[in-house]
Amino acid sequence: MFKLVKRLTSVVAMFAVLFTFTTETMAAKKSKTLKNTQKKGFVRCGVSQGLPGFSNADAAGNWTGVDVDVCRAVAAAVLGDASKVKFTPLSAKERFTALTSNEIDILSRNTTWTLSRDADIGLTFVGVNFYDGQGFMVRKNSGISSVNDFKAGVSACTNLGTTTELNMRDFFNSKGIKYEPVTFEKADEVVAAYDAGRCDTYTTDKSGLAAQRIKLSNPDDHMVLPETISKEPLGPVVRQGDSVWEDIVRWSLNTMIEAEEYGVTSANADMMKTSDNPAVKRLVGAEGELGAALGLDNEWSLRIIKQVGNYGESYKRNIADTGILPDRGPNQLWTKGGILYVPPAR
Amino acid sequence: MENRGITFGYGFLSQESSFDVQFSLIEYDGSHSYFRAYLVGLLNTILVSVIGIVFATIIGVVVGIARLSNNYLIERTAAIYVEFFRNIPLLLQIFFWYFAALRALPLPEKAEPIFGVFFLTIKGFFVPAFVWNNLNIFIYSIIAAIISIVFVRLYSKKKQENQGIQTPVLSISIGLLIILPLLSFLLGGVSASIEIPVIEQLSQTSFTYIGGLKLPPELISLALALSLYTATFIAECVRAGVQGVNKGQKEAAASIGLTPNQVLKLVVMPQALRIIIPPTTNQYLNLTKNSSLAAAIAYPDLVLVFAGTALMQTGRAIEIVSITMLTYLTLSITISIFMNWYNKKIAIKEK
Repeated sequence: MFKLVKRLTSVVAMFAVLFTFTTETMAAKKSKTLKNTQKKGFVRCGVSQGLPGFSNADAAGNWTGVDVDVCRAVAAAVLGDASKVKFTPLSAKERFTALTSNEIDILSRNTTWTLSRDADIGLTFVGVNFYDGQGFMVRKNSGISSVNDFKAGVSACTNLGTTTELNMRDFFNSKGIKYEPVTFEKADEVVAAYDAGRCDTYTTDKSGLAAQRIKLSNPDDHMVLPETISKEPLGPVVRQGDSVWEDIVRWSLNTMIEAEEYGVTSANADMMKTSDNPAVKRLVGAEGELGAALGLDNEWSLRIIKQVGNYGESYKRNIADTGILPDRGPNQLWTKGGILYVPPAR
Repeated sequence: MENRGITFGYGFLSQESSFDVQFSLIEYDGSHSYFRAYLVGLLNTILVSVIGIVFATIIGVVVGIARLSNNYLIERTAAIYVEFFRNIPLLLQIFFWYFAALRALPLPEKAEPIFGVFFLTIKGFFVPAFVWNNLNIFIYSIIAAIISIVFVRLYSKKKQENQGIQTPVLSISIGLLIILPLLSFLLGGVSASIEIPVIEQLSQTSFTYIGGLKLPPELISLALALSLYTATFIAECVRAGVQGVNKGQKEAAASIGLTPNQVLKLVVMPQALRIIIPPTTNQYLNLTKNSSLAAAIAYPDLVLVFAGTALMQTGRAIEIVSITMLTYLTLSITISIFMNWYNKKIAIKEK
């Protein structure tokens, strides 16, 4: 009898040790950024200084846009409330320093994913939320209808510290055209200078051109040339070295895209809990333990879909309905002829 | 820094920069190194600072003396100018000169030529450029002229001290400066032709000028804003300096028969300068540092080219910001050393 009790206690003790061990690894999974975010009660998000459709503040200070929605999704997943985001407007020049120096935790600011940025400066890109490419805007009455019509001496206005500056050089060099680059720190000044006639063309990402065209004094006098001279995959960025946080941001974005793929919207998300499709049930947290793997509860993805909506809803609300780019182009699901394709959530 | 995945090193300076700059004093394009991009930015900063300092000093001295004028209208105009320009933030003034002036300037095809060869347009100020033959001989002739002027001055000073005879140094100096370079044209085989900017059509509605020299509107508006702003402070320094000279000095000088010009040149100014120079040095330093506001209006100075584009493309914030800070420090200290030397030179020499 005594022997049995002794054996039992040792078994219990073993379980106890094992249990503490598992909770220990669970706790270790909690990243520093996640812990800090939960302690502060808001997600610190770096956005642009005003790019309609992507990140733009209205007169009341409410931020909207597809880039803003990524941060809102993370806030919904981590804190349970999509409105608990503190937005920091950053210029192109400041953005990476703000992230690496711990001023913000997510940079969601129409930032192009390139090798040198990903590998060299302490950043990690987690995905793509908008496939873009660089284009040129010109005056309609200039008679320029293609990038082949540019002549030596052309002056081009653009933003300082962007991939645009490099692409522009590659492009004009390959054509053998001598050009004059005029680079400003803020987008509003680029628009003002181009509007005044300082430059013959305004070059940046095509989505940016479409959005900034609205700010010109006579938007109808200007057009975007059909050619695209570069690949610009834009996506959210996090600091290197916190893989849990990186996963949370990545899968918050993926959840939005996958929700659209399975037809889960903010309106029908609750009903989808009883869906017949196991993939849909996993997506709304009715099946599986996916949240635990990220150090979150199991309703994290449901909250994203209910509070922010799926990618299609976000695109429609911010970019299509505002008249910036009604056509989704490559930013359509892979099942519908686009290139939006995310790994499965399982 | 290692925790954050940031590496440190200055090796990037020799890498290819792969971005272009709109305006540079030395040959530069994206195939050059980041170090050369740094030099481009540095030279542009020095250029706008030197232009700013020269014009700020001229305007400042004129306005400062105008404020002491007995003519009510002149005195009031100068006072209003000073109060207006020194009380508006510099950045706003830069924006004003850039965007307001930019909109006021004509498009290249509508520009009225000034003297037939200068074109002031929204895309810049196009001026004729000299195309030189044997430029080095011409430069030697100017150096020779300057050296001989120095000798003439020394000689005339000695002559005045020994014999009390004044030599017309100014006319001799001007004569030397004209004659020696002229000789280089006639005998040294120097020749110069002038290249006048010609209008060029880029598309149906856009034009530019090709040939000649182009001063970008960013440089013009920045230099204008910096000199008009700093001139107000220099004007106050000058006023303080002149007022700081004892009235009795002027009266004594006049009583020994000096003309009003001589009173100003020989008695008032040498004493006023002692008061003017130290605070003016501060203004020169301020102007040089304020030139970094260039980034706001796309003038490719050190901050825009190096601490802007280069920083963004390499991501090396710590290295680039440290180099930029050291550069401004060096520039400021150089100006200080020069001005302190000048201050010492004009100070009272107690024997």
